Amino acid sequence: MEILVCVKRVPDTAENEIEINSEGNDIERDDLVYSVNEWDNYAVEEAIQMVDKHGGSVTVVTVGDEESEEVLRREMAMGAESGLLLTDDAFEGSDGKGIAAILKAAVDKGNYDLIMTGAQADEGYAQVGGMLAAMLDYPYASLVNMIEVGDGKLKVGREIEGGNMEVNEIELPCVLSIQTGINEPRYVGIRGIRKVASVDIPTLGASDLGLDAGSVGEGAARVKRIDYFVPEMGEGAEMLEGSTEEIIDKLIELLKSKGGIK
Amino acid sequence: MAQIFAYILHSNGVLDDSALELLAAAKKIDDSAEVTAIVTGKGIDDVCSKAAESFKSVWKIDNEALSYPNAEVVRKALLSLLPADSIVLLPHDTFGMDLGPGLSVKLDSAFAADVVDFEGVEGNTLKTIRQEFTGQVNTHVHCDISAGAVINVRPGVFQAAEGQAGEVVDKSGELGDLSVKRKFIEVQEAEAGEVDITKSDVLVSIGRGIEDEDNLEMAFELAEAMGADVSCSRPIVDAKWLEKARQVGTSGKTVKPKVYMAMGISGSFQHMGGVKGNPFIVAVNKNPKAPIFQVADVGVEADILEFIPELTEKVKEL
Ligand SMILES: Cc1cc2nc3c(=O)[nH]c(=O)nc-3n(C[C@H](O)[C@H](O)[C@H](O)COP(=O)(O)OP(=O)(O)OC[C@H]3O[C@@H](n4cnc5c(N)ncnc54)[C@H](O)[C@@H]3O)c2cc1C
Ligand SMILES: Nc1ncnc2c1ncn2[C@@H]1O[C@H](COP(=O)(O)O)[C@@H](O)[C@H]1O
Repeated sequence: MEILVCVKRVPDTAENEIEINSEGNDIERDDLVYSVNEWDNYAVEEAIQMVDKHGGSVTVVTVGDEESEEVLRREMAMGAESGLLLTDDAFEGSDGKGIAAILKAAVDKGNYDLIMTGAQADEGYAQVGGMLAAMLDYPYASLVNMIEVGDGKLKVGREIEGGNMEVNEIELPCVLSIQTGINEPRYVGIRGIRKVASVDIPTLGASDLGLDAGSVGEGAARVKRIDYFVPEMGEGAEMLEGSTEEIIDKLIELLKSKGGIK
Repeated sequence: MAQIFAYILHSNGVLDDSALELLAAAKKIDDSAEVTAIVTGKGIDDVCSKAAESFKSVWKIDNEALSYPNAEVVRKALLSLLPADSIVLLPHDTFGMDLGPGLSVKLDSAFAADVVDFEGVEGNTLKTIRQEFTGQVNTHVHCDISAGAVINVRPGVFQAAEGQAGEVVDKSGELGDLSVKRKFIEVQEAEAGEVDITKSDVLVSIGRGIEDEDNLEMAFELAEAMGADVSCSRPIVDAKWLEKARQVGTSGKTVKPKVYMAMGISGSFQHMGGVKGNPFIVAVNKNPKAPIFQVADVGVEADILEFIPELTEKVKEL
């Protein structure tokens, strides 16, 4: 099975406090630590496991700047065979449809049985997978947390409300968005990344992909982020202040009065 | 102004909470809008009548192929019925995520997801408010709705609106081909766990801030001292550190404790969506800007790895 996994380089929120810059038009990016979008690691792991069992190969692809190459290498260190970096000034400012259109062009150049995305990325849209599927006219299932390979089709579980699983049969080729928890993504150390450091990663721009530059990027975007702002804090929590001892004493009094300590 | 539609989820003849939330969202987009509810399924007369108590118009789309809301089939059904520049509202839940993005491609309309508020329409621009980075920052996002839009609205943020009664219009006869390449088979219920956190009065709930599996022990010690149970956020279950039955949230359990201790949890809407019954919420987090502090009653800015053992000791002394 030939599998393409879409991955995105995102600020790592476990490592960073996100702050807005003074103009309010972006977050402070200078000291941000970036990593692979959490959901995408699960997708790559799943793809690798499927290929281990059923043969084929895994390609990872990203739309981003030069620096995004590092996330491709990281996923290749996990076991993806090849990477594709889709980068062009014309791609900047793309909305979800722009990103999906760029990815579609890359899919059209290959021969994939299965395309995977993460369920969502840093901006919380959860859109690219479903858009890509519709553009390709492939069937789609989101929030997938179980995959069984059958003949020309897959049995997939979708995680729905309450942790229940909706089981579907889906024909190949298809697009799946992967939910966290479907597997345990393997650890990659510095050594693994070094091993793939010199592997060539092809870079493709708008013309290589046969994309009309006007159909992607900011000009084509119908959904635009205007600015960032700090939400007006409502009442908010009463913050307990003082030494740790004082805080704990206050907290224990509160917990007692609210029935929190039996 | 284009026509606004709200897709109504329902099960066992009961409207989902999102139904009247979407009505409220539509009113926030356009106060004078006459919102059309779309109900799909098999044998849905009762649900349609219920929807017609609040919506001016209810489209009944009754078909065997829609007896389970398979998003691929629903999409085809909607495509054969919706006018070109419609504004379609969906809940940003596991169904809306499945349907919305692809629907917007096929309608060739704009798509915005997880919208938490609207600031009206100006010309062809729909002004929305979203959040990024699990609620650490808000953004103004503008959608060009000249060709319509599909908008996924965050569940739980709009107060259910009171609508006006209306009529059911049967659209079932106007459906085109509904064949799709994804077949629904069954729903498998989540397994029960060793504890039932839905019955707990007091929960010590652990998030990614616990950092390491070995540190979980301190959570159990605190819980034991308090007479509480241990629950957690999703990443703890994903890492297989605790069983799924302890996960609080939209894809986990809905809990109704008296006291909820959120320890090292950022406060994403999918997590807080599982905390009901207005408990007394205590949040301990080392990031003073963590969104959890906006919904908690009492907050402590601290490292839980230091704070939990100290609190446990004091509670034991009582
Ligand atoms: C369809 C869908 C369904 C989902 N369902 C659920 C669900 O049911 N339940 C759920 O929980 N999530 C769910 N999620 C995931 C959700 O979006 C968040 O990713 C998740 O809730 C984050 O968990 P967290 O707060 O523990 O981790 P994070 O968001 O990473 O937050 C960790 C917090 O701990 C703080 N911290 C770190 N170290 C320390 C320390 N030493 N001391 C004190 N504080 C510290 C950090 O400042 C941060 O605020 C779902 C997502 C999707 C897409
Ligand atoms: N720039 C990108 N390059 C490659 N894949 C992406 C990009 N943005 C989003 N995706 C994919 O789409 C998924 C969902 O992201 P989103 O729709 O932005 O929430 C991610 O998990 C990725 O798999």
